[in-house]
Parts: sequence; C-alpha cells; structure tokens
Amino acid sequence: MIHIFATQWPSLLYGLGQTLLCSIIALFFSLIIGSLFAIFEIMPNKAMRIIGNVYVEVFRNIPLLVITMFFFVVLPLYVVKVNGFTAGTIGLTIYTSAFIAETVRAGIQSVDEGQMEGAQSNGLSFWQSMRYIILPQAFKIVIPPLGNQFINLVKNSSVLAFVAGFDLMYEGNMVANDTLQTMSTFFAVGVLYLIITMPLSYYMRHLEKKLA
Amino acid sequence: MQNFIDAYSWINIRYLLQGLWITVEVSVASIIFSYIIGTILGVIRYSEIKYVSAVVGFVIDLIRNLPLLLIIFFTYFGLPNLGFKPAIIEAAILAMTVFESMMIAEIVRSGIVAIDPGQMEGAKSNGITYWQALRIILLPQAMKNMIPALVSQFISLVKDTSLATIIVLPEMMYHAQIIYGQNSNYIIPMFIALAVLYFVVCYALSLLSRYLERRLA
Repeated sequence: MIHIFATQWPSLLYGLGQTLLCSIIALFFSLIIGSLFAIFEIMPNKAMRIIGNVYVEVFRNIPLLVITMFFFVVLPLYVVKVNGFTAGTIGLTIYTSAFIAETVRAGIQSVDEGQMEGAQSNGLSFWQSMRYIILPQAFKIVIPPLGNQFINLVKNSSVLAFVAGFDLMYEGNMVANDTLQTMSTFFAVGVLYLIITMPLSYYMRHLEKKLA
Repeated sequence: MQNFIDAYSWINIRYLLQGLWITVEVSVASIIFSYIIGTILGVIRYSEIKYVSAVVGFVIDLIRNLPLLLIIFFTYFGLPNLGFKPAIIEAAILAMTVFESMMIAEIVRSGIVAIDPGQMEGAKSNGITYWQALRIILLPQAMKNMIPALVSQFISLVKDTSLATIIVLPEMMYHAQIIYGQNSNYIIPMFIALAVLYFVVCYALSLLSRYLERRLA
C-alpha cells in the first residue's frame, strides 16, 4: 500500500481532489434545490405540495446510477456536450437534493408552528417568514443530518467512475489496472476516502449528541 | 412515438425483466444475510463487551464510511489476489452483505439505545440475565421502532444493486445498457423503463414500511 502511495500519488491525489470538488459543488446546488422543494412540500398551495412530493419520491426511489447515466448518455445526444464530471455532478445534485429536501422538510416541521403564525401576523409574507424566521432555526436542527448527507455524497460520488469523471474511484481503478496490485491499490483508495468521511462522521455524531 | 413502441417490444421488456429478477435475487439474498449479521453486530456493539465491542464498532464505522462501489471492487478484483475467486453474483451478494450489515448494525444499535433503560433494569430485577433480556425484551421493542430506518436501508440496497453493473452482473441496469447500446433511439425509452421499474419496486417497499408502521405501532 505504501508502495502504491509512493509511486502513484499524483493520480490518486488528483482523483481525491475531483471527488471533493464534485461533492462540494453537488452539496451547494442540492442544498438550494433541496430547500426549495422542502418549502414546496409544506406550502399551503396544494399544487405546489404535489410538485414537491413527486420530485422527492421520484428521485429518492431511482438509483443514482440510472440518474447519472441518463445525463451522461442523453445530454450529449440531444442537448449539449458534457464531460463525465459534469454529468456526474448533475446526477449527484439531483439525487442528493431529494434526500436533502426530506431532511430540511423534517427540520422545518420541527420548528414550532407559532413562529410562522407570529411572523405572518407581524406582516411578513410566507416567503419572508420562511427566509428570515423559519429557515435559520430549521438549519440549526438539520446540520447533523446534512453532514451525514455530505458523507453519503462523498461516498456516492464514486459513481463518477462509471462516467469517466476522473474521481478517486476512477483513478484508483486505473492505478489498479496499471500496477496489477489490486488489493493494495484499493486499500490506498479506501484510506483516502476514510480521511474525508471518518472525521466528518465522528464530528456529526458528536454534534448529534450535543444537540440531543 | 414509434421509438417507444419499438423499444418496448416484448423481447426487450422480457430482457429487462430478466435483469430485474437478478436485481431482486441479489437484493433478497443480501437483505436476509445482512439483516442477520447486522443484528448480531449491532447487539455486540451495543452490549459493551470488553475490547470486542470497541473493535466491532470501529470496523463498522470503517466500512460504513467507504463507498459501496469500492467494496464491490474489493470483492471482485481484490479477493482473487488472496486466492479466493468468487463468481460475479457471489461477489455482488458478498459486497452488498458486508456493506449493508454495517449499516444495519448501526440502525440496530441506535434502536436499542433509544429504548427506555428501565426496561433492562426491570428485566434484570426480575431475574432475567442480560442476554435473555436483550433477546426477549429489548430487541423486539427496538425492531418495531427500527422498521422505517430498516426499510429505507433496504430500499437503498435495491437501488445500489445497480452499481454491480461494473462487475458485469447481468441485472436490470446492465441489460438496459445492452439494449440501448444497439440502437440509440432506444435510449430515452430504456431510461424511462428503468426509472419506472426501480421506482415501482422501491416505492412498494416504502408503502410496505408505512403499512407495517401503522400495524405495529
């Protein structure tokens, strides 16, 4: 394993960078999209609620690989030429946003209803009270579950290996094919993944305990 | 429109359904194995046996934080290096079982932790041993509360079987790729079919979970 690190570190580190980059981009956009659909799900308007529910249920129940491959195969054919990294990040964003929508919705619903009533009786509109009163409180509650979503996102980003996204898994596979030392290469890749996910997961558990 | 009619010929649909059957086979086998192993590991982690629980806990955290895809690579491409060469379907089931057992172990542990400590104290003061109390009193109660988490884990297991395409497991995703690889007009119809079939299986599972929750609660 040390031998693999010593000789192959440029490609492995490049893969790690791509994995982190795509996870962070996907997290950013899926937070926005997820929060939006979470709000849709609890809006007084019934049509909006249905849109929110359908989005969440559909994308939670379809494999990430299907979503990613869809963008990788269909976008270049009919719309615009994209590389594997972009297609993978779009797929990850959409898949993760459905999970984040569920998390954020649970967070919003755990904020006392009186907050919304109070805000609206003070003359704030629905969106204003969401923006200034409800969401800031909800986000504090959902930080640990969101952290776990980010860990899942980092792990799920290995799906980029299917679409030539040059992420850690893809690079690891390449190195394994080059060196034929599959076992030690995959150990090295595993260590690199754990460097990101393990501390995060312990920190999130610590936060959960603190909040509980 | 003609594309859709052509793409959904019985031959193609049958081919997809054969893939779905492999998906179901791998999922069911992994669910059964990982449920058993996961429960045992979860109880071991909960019960604070000297050294053993700490080691088991660390291994659980380690494997939980790895991508499933990496574990699939391990079992299929790594294990032959150590002199054990599993068949494709065995490698898929093995990888899914290892990964999902750890996920389930964590669910089981937090399920038992959530039970009122008075239950254990009450059981012990009635002369039941620790392990008996765990098996007869704590686990059944914990299982009831764990149903939503367990079922959502099983749903992600079903979805994750698609990752085994990478070791050429002939499941639904792989069969779809073969079909649309022959004719690019079939791409969109095939993805729609995939989405619908996966959705039906997974959504049925989540409806089952809601039903069980209502029945048992």
